[in-house]
Amino acid sequence: MFFLDHAWLIPVLPAVAFAIILLVGKRLPGKGAEIGITAILASLVLSLLAAAQWIQRVNDAGAGHEGALGFFTTLGRSIAPRAATAGGEHAAVVEPVIHSITWWQSGSTTFGIGTHIDGLAVALVVVVTIISSLVQIFSLEYMRGDRRYTHYFAGLSLFTAGMLNLVVAENTLQLLLGWEIMGLCSFMLIGHWWEEQANSDAALKAFFTTRTGDIGLLVGISIVFFGAGQTFSIYETNEMATNGQISHLVLLMASIALFIAVIGKSGQFPLHTWLPDAMAGPTPVSALIHAATMVVAGVYLVARLYPVFYDGFSIGNGGVNPMVLIGGITILIAAALAFVQVDIKKVLAYSTVSQLGYMVMGLGAGAWTAAVFHIFTHAFFKALLFLGAGSISHSGSHHSFNMKTSMGGLRKKMPITFWTFIIGTLALAGIFPFAGFWSKDEILVAAGANGYSTFMVIGLIGAFMTAAYMTRCVYLTFFGEYRGGDHHGDVHAPDPALVGALHASEGNEELTLEHDLAVAHDDHGHGVPAHGAAAHGGHDEHFEPHESPLLLTVPLMILAALAMFGGLLNAAPFGIEKFKDWVEPTIAYPEFAHADFSYSKAIVSVCLALAGGVIVFALYQRDLGRLRGLTRRSRLASAGYTFLWNKYYLDDLYEKGVVYFIKKPLAAAMYWINQHVIDGVVNGVGRGSVGVGRWTYRHIDQQVVDGAVNGAGLAAGSSGGFLRTLQTGRVSQYGALLFAAAGIGALILVIVV
Amino acid sequence: METLSDHNWVLSAAVFLPLVGVVAMLLIPRSEELLHKLVALGTALATLGIGVFILFTFDYDRAGTLQYTVNTTWIDVIHSRYIVGLDGISLPLLLLSMVIVVLVLVYSLNHIPDPGNPKALFILILLLEVGMNGTFVAQDLILFFVFFEVVLLPMYFMIGVWGGEQRKYASIKFFLFTLFGSALMLLAFLALYFKTGAASFAIADLAASSSSIAHGTQLLIFGGMFMGFAIKVPMFPFHTWLPDAHTQAPTVGSVLLAAILLKLGTYGFIRIAIPILPDAAVSWAPWIGLLAVIGIIYGALCCLAQTDMKRLIAFSSVAHMGFVMLGISTLTSYGLNAALFGMVAHGLITGMLFFVAGSTKERFHTLEIKRLGGLLLQAPHLGWILGMCVMASLGLPGLAGFWGEFPAILSSYQPAPGLSEPLFRTFMVVAAAGTVLAAGYLLWLYQRVAFGEPSPEFAHHEIHDVELPEWLAWTPLLIGIVVFGLVPNLMFKLFDPAVQVVLGLKG
Repeated sequence: MFFLDHAWLIPVLPAVAFAIILLVGKRLPGKGAEIGITAILASLVLSLLAAAQWIQRVNDAGAGHEGALGFFTTLGRSIAPRAATAGGEHAAVVEPVIHSITWWQSGSTTFGIGTHIDGLAVALVVVVTIISSLVQIFSLEYMRGDRRYTHYFAGLSLFTAGMLNLVVAENTLQLLLGWEIMGLCSFMLIGHWWEEQANSDAALKAFFTTRTGDIGLLVGISIVFFGAGQTFSIYETNEMATNGQISHLVLLMASIALFIAVIGKSGQFPLHTWLPDAMAGPTPVSALIHAATMVVAGVYLVARLYPVFYDGFSIGNGGVNPMVLIGGITILIAAALAFVQVDIKKVLAYSTVSQLGYMVMGLGAGAWTAAVFHIFTHAFFKALLFLGAGSISHSGSHHSFNMKTSMGGLRKKMPITFWTFIIGTLALAGIFPFAGFWSKDEILVAAGANGYSTFMVIGLIGAFMTAAYMTRCVYLTFFGEYRGGDHHGDVHAPDPALVGALHASEGNEELTLEHDLAVAHDDHGHGVPAHGAAAHGGHDEHFEPHESPLLLTVPLMILAALAMFGGLLNAAPFGIEKFKDWVEPTIAYPEFAHADFSYSKAIVSVCLALAGGVIVFALYQRDLGRLRGLTRRSRLASAGYTFLWNKYYLDDLYEKGVVYFIKKPLAAAMYWINQHVIDGVVNGVGRGSVGVGRWTYRHIDQQVVDGAVNGAGLAAGSSGGFLRTLQTGRVSQYGALLFAAAGIGALILVIVV
Repeated sequence: METLSDHNWVLSAAVFLPLVGVVAMLLIPRSEELLHKLVALGTALATLGIGVFILFTFDYDRAGTLQYTVNTTWIDVIHSRYIVGLDGISLPLLLLSMVIVVLVLVYSLNHIPDPGNPKALFILILLLEVGMNGTFVAQDLILFFVFFEVVLLPMYFMIGVWGGEQRKYASIKFFLFTLFGSALMLLAFLALYFKTGAASFAIADLAASSSSIAHGTQLLIFGGMFMGFAIKVPMFPFHTWLPDAHTQAPTVGSVLLAAILLKLGTYGFIRIAIPILPDAAVSWAPWIGLLAVIGIIYGALCCLAQTDMKRLIAFSSVAHMGFVMLGISTLTSYGLNAALFGMVAHGLITGMLFFVAGSTKERFHTLEIKRLGGLLLQAPHLGWILGMCVMASLGLPGLAGFWGEFPAILSSYQPAPGLSEPLFRTFMVVAAAGTVLAAGYLLWLYQRVAFGEPSPEFAHHEIHDVELPEWLAWTPLLIGIVVFGLVPNLMFKLFDPAVQVVLGLKG
């Protein structure tokens, strides 16, 4: 089992690549990109081989071999496995492969860093390395000529390394390491074009918001650490939580704390606001963040430490818990926001938030396998959609992401991008038999079966909305007339039918348009011939949309294939449950109930999705029909639109409320206290002791005392004497001051001792 | 006592070797600036050589035991002895002190602050090293006190002569404030000696007989030490000398102050106050913890209100030392290990930040945040180094700062027996929230200084990037930040056995 035992190589290779790129990348012919791509491809191969060996291990266990029951060690102690035949349903127990070396120690206890490889970890490393490889290959062309090309690839490598480290982490502290490294990398990459303040603002926002959630992570890890008898080990923690060796109250507190971190990292309501802003980074970065790293980390944390949450939130009881609730809310509020976006990447960003809501809701409803499966499938189609958006901006819309001013009618100009994007959309919308259908359907069925019917309905509504906003997005991008080309002409003479109808009353049409321009951004190379002027024509020349080169379209096609067929790994009606067999843990996790596939529910959800898509498509084909100008006619619609447009005013609450309060009045008040109250006391004491000193030590040279007075800074104006004393009376002055201090001390001695 | 090692000369050499350089420099005329630089640097390097020797001869399996001990008569009349020794707590700090002095001197090769006179400046730095090294190895309270005070004067002159515009106020404030604390500390030492009736001022003697003192008196004695150490740390609300001293001090002074001098206070808690008066420590711990977390939040908020980069970094020390003190206040091995790691990490990171601030000031002649910008465009290496230090300072895992912060938070979940769990768990949450504020002020600083376009004021200035002396002085610190961040056990392994001894958990 070489590749399972040496899984540490998987995160280490990209990490080493990061260091090499930083040190020598600029001097290499490929500017460092070749190092990053070589490393990630090597990791990909290692991941696939590890996956093969894991599957082998599972099959061996199923066949009754002892191979899977082998020993493993954690810090030299071996852990007694749960009785191999316990649980009835699982005939065989497949132990994770755990290795670790000493990382640090305290109180003669040592803490390790290492790998904890099981089905979940294997599934995730495969996804992460696939997506990261494709993203890096895509970036070769997409970022060509960027002024920080080398740093960009260094950042991607470290980002991937951080996620892989988190996935294979043997303990929670190591998980935290990966978690925070990703925070750093998202900061670097979102703010990649930091010359513009909007970009660095977005980077800061991402870092702060997730860092706010991280309060919960720091606290939660500490609680779990002590709850599990002073160990960070994920395996031991899970086992103890599953066996009821940790009190429910401790697990509840830990769950709440950890879940706050999940809310921050995985963009759940109400801390989802950083994710759409994170679109300021280059598009391949968005694909990486949204599909395989960063935001998935939160969901992964829940899946990884599921026994903690399972007991802490009493998930097995079928009651409403914070996780299922937040997940459900997030599905709907994010889907609603996706309807009013004009920036294609923001539509996708909100769809990510919404889909993460499905995962969190699924985990909250006890649908562990389904939720993990959704992480798996979502990665493929979301990466596909983001890279598709990148391809559009690269070759179709003149580096813009504004669907209304720069796109439209791209269907014929960019056929590969179009068809792959359609496949991604169908998968996202959950249409049979695309990948998203299987995982989303599984979540809904399991939620229903586990007693969370309300949330199953929310999921169905979400499916309807998903199909609808994605259809809007596809229509605006690929159908209708091309609205790009000469920017200026379009800005001032927008297609009245579209702009007017879509979301603006006549009164604020101009305003909305300005908004569109302000909020939509572009992936320009920022001042350098980023994408090659020769290939695209100059900025003000006529721009003709065309299909992207193969370096961009081949990753799209690969992802499209995965988005089409990836879901078939777990297609219950066809009798395939490979994903469940390979990934579902058989030890140290609770027993998961599995609902049977339900044709009726599947048909309902697909029909809802189809209906959402068809209705929106028809509306747009008819120029919105009677809905046109609705916000003008109806106050309610107008208010609703404004509410959505302002993102529920959450950003205002955070930025103009909380952050402003801390940054301005609170900080200023503290500093005022510092300067006037505390320092006032200090200066007062200084003044007082000088007074005492003067009274007591009249016999000491007048000049020395003056020096002390002046020096105490109280008589700042007349302090000329100080320098003189500095030069002439050093020793005597020091002596005098020491005496003064000792005198005070003696006084206290007399009084208190 | 002298059975562990035959090398019992090394500690005395490590402490007093800089004096040789001082004497040599006194004999060299002031105008020979280059010679002064070389002599000072040579002396510091020789001292560091002794440190390296210690590194190779130290018995790591007995890191909890004092090694290289010398115990001989010193001032018989007051029963004070010359006792020096080195264990796992002292070793990293002693080495840090030696390394920082070398790096400061390297940096000074082409950065002599106004009004010049490298002879005097370097003599002061070497004198400072005597005091710092001595403090970290002294095992007798009077000896400790002497070294502790020796540090004061060179720094006082460094700020007073080579400082900024407000140097007079800042230096006197620094001097008086710390002197005030020292007086109370000395008083506490004396009271301890007389009340215990111990045979000498040796820490070991006092610790062995301190339980004979009434608890109330112990509390007062601890209070005296607390004042001495807390002012040096500095803890809220005794911190106001620090921003002034840091802001006014020349770059090398700020670096020494941040990297080493602040550690003398926290070191005093761990080396003296806690082992000698463990019971009083338990009574004081909640208050120390409270002041520590106030310091974390308060320091961070004050940082947010700053307009000057150097002053901001100075206030960040208040917050960071809050984490160190929080760790100490838990009286657990996690907490003390965290505190010790935090001390070294803060020395490396904040020392680096002051270096960068000094070099920024040298290039732009201002540190006013709103006038800066686009550092990454004008001096990319300087900008990236600042970025790395900022990340290290906000406690990013994988860099050294994390290992001072997280274990401190962790330890407050379960403080030592006798301490209130709900109280310390509250501290834990507040301290964790402090990490967000730290990210706030550091990243805002970074955004305004490094991101964006250069401000029009400096857009056409020729800003040179990092130069050779700067690289030489900084690279060891940067490597340390990364290596200790990735392999923290390099230090925990040293601290841990000694911490067990301090807490009386072992041996």
